[in-house]
Amino acid sequence: MNKIVVGLIFGIVLGAVDGATALFYPETRPLIAGIMVGSSFKGMLVGLLSGWFARKVQSTGWGIVVGSALGLLFAFIVAVMDASSGKSHYLEIMLPGFIVGAIVGFLTQKMGTPALAKS
Amino acid sequence: MEVSDSIVEHLRQVASLPDLSSTRYELEAEIGRGGMGVVYSAHDRELDRRVALKVLDVPLPGEAQLIARLEHPGIVPIYEAGTLPDGRAFYAMKLVSGRRLDQYAKTDHPLAERLRVIRRVSEAMAFAHSREVCHRDLKPQNVMIGEFGEVYLMDWGVEAVAGTPGFRAPEAGLDKISDIYSLGALLQYLVPASSSPALSAIAQKATSAVAGDRYSSVTAFLADVDRFEQGLAVEAWSEPIWHRLQRFATRNAILLWLLAAYTVVKFLLFFLRKP
Repeated sequence: MNKIVVGLIFGIVLGAVDGATALFYPETRPLIAGIMVGSSFKGMLVGLLSGWFARKVQSTGWGIVVGSALGLLFAFIVAVMDASSGKSHYLEIMLPGFIVGAIVGFLTQKMGTPALAKS
Repeated sequence: MEVSDSIVEHLRQVASLPDLSSTRYELEAEIGRGGMGVVYSAHDRELDRRVALKVLDVPLPGEAQLIARLEHPGIVPIYEAGTLPDGRAFYAMKLVSGRRLDQYAKTDHPLAERLRVIRRVSEAMAFAHSREVCHRDLKPQNVMIGEFGEVYLMDWGVEAVAGTPGFRAPEAGLDKISDIYSLGALLQYLVPASSSPALSAIAQKATSAVAGDRYSSVTAFLADVDRFEQGLAVEAWSEPIWHRLQRFATRNAILLWLLAAYTVVKFLLFFLRKP
């Protein structure tokens, strides 16, 4: 299983788990389906890009940095979209997104088959 | 005429020096003495290099040929074998500058470095076993650590003088499994028992009094040492659950910290949110 696939799988799963935590907030429970779909999609993008990066650069530190940066970026985009509805949840969306991105970045570095070296 | 004891002893020593006139070597100094012969440092006139010259007191037919068959970075290469005018057999080999393992072990070295030495010895042993050659006399005095950290396995034993107490397997006939016993004894010698219960278990399995309970091959022994170095469970030890959890936590420390950070952040965001 190559690193892009690893990123894809962990990104979707962890994104879904992150979105599912919205169940703890009564005000977001009615929107849980859309939140989970969006969070999974966000996680998938972070995972794909982190996996691609992991194929190019083998460094746990840089993998975590890139993953967390991607997680922060896509979480920001989602937070901006959410803010357009009137209520802002930047911290509640970006902070967990940042950490989930770091986790995905770490996992893509540690797991999956690295790219073959070009001869 | 009376001759003093010191002069007699000196004459005896001179008489025992090998006559190298028919060879290309010039004797320098005695550097070691064992049950089967004496090792000298010598100068190779033709290639202008120093060599080690082992002169055998007792004929050991085939010893030089046995070692010469083993071309491996961890086994001292044989350059030449022959017979001196006095009938004694000799062979010239690489002169290793360094110190014996028993001297090396007296100085402080990190665990990883000690295991590296064990690995190098094991690799040389595994190679020899693949060529159906056993060492039969593995002990710290037969392992040399070179100036740059290279490891050499020396003095490949023969049946007649095989084994050293403490490193010799208890069975009568010495074979590959006996060499594994000696490897385990070497591991116990180099690595303190308190360093790790897993390493102690590996050494105990290798030095089991029952040959059938030891590792089946040097490769299996080395694989368990590899697993220990990678933080994985070793075959020789059924570790308790708390140790397994501790090992898991050590190997996955970063991931566990990230998960803990996520949990803490989620808790804080939940409890600090505005009503």
